[in-house]
Amino acid sequence: MSMLSVRNLAVSRGGLPVLENLSFEVEAGQALVLRGPNGIGKTTLLRTLAGLQPALAGNVSIPSESMAYAAHSDGLKSTLTVSENLKFWAAIYATDTIDPALESMNLRGLANRAAMSLSAGQKRRLGLARLLVTGRPVWVLDEPTVSLDTASVALFAQAVRGHLAQGGAALLATHIDLGLEEARVLDLAPFKARLPEEGGMLGAFDEAFL
Amino acid sequence: MSPEGILSMIALLIRDLRLAVRAGGGFGLGLAFFLIVVTLVPFGVGPQGDILARIAPGILWLGALLACLLSLDRIFALDFEDGSLDLLATAPIPLEGVVAMKAFAHWLTTGLPLVIAAPIFGILLHLPAAAQSWLVISLLLGTPALSVLGTFGAALTVGLKRGGLLLSLLVLPFYVPTLIFGAELIRRGAQGMATDVALLMLAGITAATVALIPFASAAAIRVNLR
Repeated sequence: MSMLSVRNLAVSRGGLPVLENLSFEVEAGQALVLRGPNGIGKTTLLRTLAGLQPALAGNVSIPSESMAYAAHSDGLKSTLTVSENLKFWAAIYATDTIDPALESMNLRGLANRAAMSLSAGQKRRLGLARLLVTGRPVWVLDEPTVSLDTASVALFAQAVRGHLAQGGAALLATHIDLGLEEARVLDLAPFKARLPEEGGMLGAFDEAFL
Repeated sequence: MSPEGILSMIALLIRDLRLAVRAGGGFGLGLAFFLIVVTLVPFGVGPQGDILARIAPGILWLGALLACLLSLDRIFALDFEDGSLDLLATAPIPLEGVVAMKAFAHWLTTGLPLVIAAPIFGILLHLPAAAQSWLVISLLLGTPALSVLGTFGAALTVGLKRGGLLLSLLVLPFYVPTLIFGAELIRRGAQGMATDVALLMLAGITAATVALIPFASAAAIRVNLR
């Protein structure tokens, strides 16, 4: 069953098209890794898929209420403790428990620490633990492994694998090797949008002024 | 809305209240500012009780407006900076609900303390005893509109650096009707005149803003998140 399907998608950043004619599918139990140089439009693509910005063309089909999005920043409140942060997101997604998430991201010992006293890597682990408490099947992750050490990357890869084994799906934009051999890799470079002079599409004109 | 949705909204409210009372949350800031404004007025105007009593309704409402303005830019800016606004926008609760809860949290931490403390400030300004209850009623009915209208300004300026000043310029004109009818209600109450028109207009403005503004604010946030 296809969890996420993208057809002829074109996305724009700041009114300029960055990617076009992009089509792919992610099935249940699959992970797709997006690759490409800086500025190719990985973040823009993920934000479009998450519904934060409109697509320029094409369509995205995803079952409603099934996506969990994790951006560059973790959305943590520094004056709340680790478990308060997680409990908040668990309540937002109406899931009951945060214990498995604390366990699998190795945060148990930090549960009562304020988020401001965590290191960058620990914050990132907390941000990823947030995904586990959403209970959503499709993970859309933007650079999930920034500031993680090798042990934590392995921990994260294990969490993704566990998620896939339960019938979930994951779409990741990343530069480093996660050790997820089973993941398919999609290079975005061939989908780079052509300039309008070369016959590419024009961006939404008024958007450049917003 | 489903029961889970309501529980999620309550969780958001509790989080915002908790953040407000933790370090750097700014709880009590508005109240302290209100106190300073109100105590400075007699120094500027002079100690004549009759003049103070006459200008008290206007001063008290202006103080409330400015105290409310003080914490408006934090409503969405902090969530925008740490990325939680993106995550809330993709979460299962509607953005309109997020706005409504944030406005409610802002009112609970800024407007409500003013309503409770207002009689003391009224005494400082020689407000007649008959007007004290009208002061509380007027602030209770009017301040929710200040918080809700404030979310619209905060939503429009959410991505801007130093958006606070622009926010004040955008929001203060919208506060005019509330200011007029709020102060008028106290004035009429103090003089023993009929209060129904001012009371109904004040309540009507608040009801309309609470019903409509969350949609406008949510639309502004969606545009700003693009």
